[in-house]
Amino acid sequence: MQREGSALHGLGVVILKELSDHLTSTRMRVLEWLVVVVGILAVYGAIQQIKDTTAEDPFLFLKLFTTARESVPFTFVSLLSILVPLVSIGMAFDSVNGEHNRRTLSRILSQPIYRDALLFGKFLAGLFTLSVSLIALWLLVIGLGLLLLGLPPSGEELARAFIFLLVTIAYAGVWLALAMLFSIIFRSPATVALVSLGLWFLTLIWPMLAPAIVIAFAPSSSEETLILAAQYVQRLSPSTLFGEVVLAILNPTTRTLGPMYLSQLQGAVLGAPMPLGESLIIAWPQMVGLIASTILLFVGGYVIFQRQEVRA
Amino acid sequence: MSADNVIEAQGLIKRYDEATVVNGISFSVAKGEIFGLLGPNGAGKTTTILMLLGLSEISDGQARVLGFDPVREPLAVKRRVGYLPDQVGFYDNLSASDNMRYTARLMGLGRDERETKIAESLDHVGLHDVADRPVDTFSRGMRQRLGLAEILMKDAQIAILDEPTSGLDPQATAELLQIIRKFKDRGVSVLLSSHLLDRVQSICDRVALFNQGNIELLGTVGELGRQVLGVGYYVDVEAEGQGLADKLRAVPGVKSVETPSSNHMRIYAETDVRSDAAAAVIAGGGRLLRLSVETPSLDMIYNRYFENLTGGRHAA
Repeated sequence: MQREGSALHGLGVVILKELSDHLTSTRMRVLEWLVVVVGILAVYGAIQQIKDTTAEDPFLFLKLFTTARESVPFTFVSLLSILVPLVSIGMAFDSVNGEHNRRTLSRILSQPIYRDALLFGKFLAGLFTLSVSLIALWLLVIGLGLLLLGLPPSGEELARAFIFLLVTIAYAGVWLALAMLFSIIFRSPATVALVSLGLWFLTLIWPMLAPAIVIAFAPSSSEETLILAAQYVQRLSPSTLFGEVVLAILNPTTRTLGPMYLSQLQGAVLGAPMPLGESLIIAWPQMVGLIASTILLFVGGYVIFQRQEVRA
Repeated sequence: MSADNVIEAQGLIKRYDEATVVNGISFSVAKGEIFGLLGPNGAGKTTTILMLLGLSEISDGQARVLGFDPVREPLAVKRRVGYLPDQVGFYDNLSASDNMRYTARLMGLGRDERETKIAESLDHVGLHDVADRPVDTFSRGMRQRLGLAEILMKDAQIAILDEPTSGLDPQATAELLQIIRKFKDRGVSVLLSSHLLDRVQSICDRVALFNQGNIELLGTVGELGRQVLGVGYYVDVEAEGQGLADKLRAVPGVKSVETPSSNHMRIYAETDVRSDAAAAVIAGGGRLLRLSVETPSLDMIYNRYFENLTGGRHAA
């Protein structure tokens, strides 16, 4: 059965409304400042560390993202991997059920738009807000690096840093879609926040859990299968995928994200950086995984939302 | 389908997994008419409305709104129909006019048209002075009026109002009904649902009584009165005297006489029998204290109807 008119009619209007909501909300401002302050502290620490221990490194600039001061356990990247989900959840945990609870949903949907436009608009506006904050943060870090290290980044370093930015946005998208899915399923924003934060906490301890899970299901397998299986289980978590992509992109000497086989080392110059294209190929499955899970989560929410009753 | 009808429903059915909420209802609303869907909560009124708007799937049956099929052409329907949901909500942090601006954009109104129409319709519902105040300072009645302003702004041909007066104080209710009457004057057809019968009676041209997913009765209030009570009028008589009830029963045209209290008699009749009743009281040596005639209220019809229904069930 063909519906009349475009499903995306009114999309722009919804995006603008949601954007202005996000950009003016106190909640958003608090979350953004949290990320900015923490991020800059980490980078500042990294800069100190780099200054103290500088050695010859063709990719010194990228070290900004991945180095931590000895006394502080967090790098800029690891902080992002923890905080970005929090910001995403904070933006979306009441996006759809909030409309239900304010009783605005049926009024809005009685205007000449489809539900598609409302949901898609909310998601895009959220992703756009996150992108704006992340781009600002990224520029800030690069600016700080230029000022304090006094060293211009090479073209390849910039390209790698830019890919890192895109991947971070995709990572934020996964959590945004997840929180949005829950905000469609659960009527209470508190439930959504708790469930999403629970999952977020699970991803924090997932690297430690994964081997235990594998041992529980296949106790008698060889050590090699155990390690491989544990890695596959770990990759169920978006944080693991994000971490692996970042490792390959920001650390050009990374040759593989799995176990290294002897055959792969034949003829390799250890410690030599990979060209950008090769690094991309190494991280490609993980990047696709991040984008695919965003799409899957969004589609799941979309299907449920289409079938949901609008009455409060 | 008659060309004069703006809404036609034929055997509408809404089924959920476990229950049938609307069970094959048929009705039509003529152009310029105020049509009331009445019935207890949970009788299927809101579900019917959502099906007509294309906001809820129709399990079976057919609906036509202004000639459009709400299932296949929901945008065409929603462009021409204004909807005020039960306990309408607004974005509390935004002002009244900002809330309207958002919906105006969704309707696709251009900038200049938008501003004039917003001012005009806020003026119409008496919210002009508070247009820039955030909606969270609004009372229930003001919110309802803001909802009506939105329908005005849309230039809707049909206004569908779900429980527009529930939870309002008498004055706010009166104001709201006044605005709804203005809809009719502009040639807008109105479909409204309510469980508050007496208030609705005053403005509805025709009503449909809902019960458990079925339309039990349909017509003008007078028609329903004749159908359920068997009469079109009832006359209240207050008089002192002996055996007056029997004398009143003998008056031609009188269907039945009830005596709610010793000096109070209620006559059900097909015509206005006041003068004959007065004559009968005086002829019977009684002292007439009060005499009034009324058409049956929806409340009465409703209560009597459900009494009959449950009475019949007990008998069975």
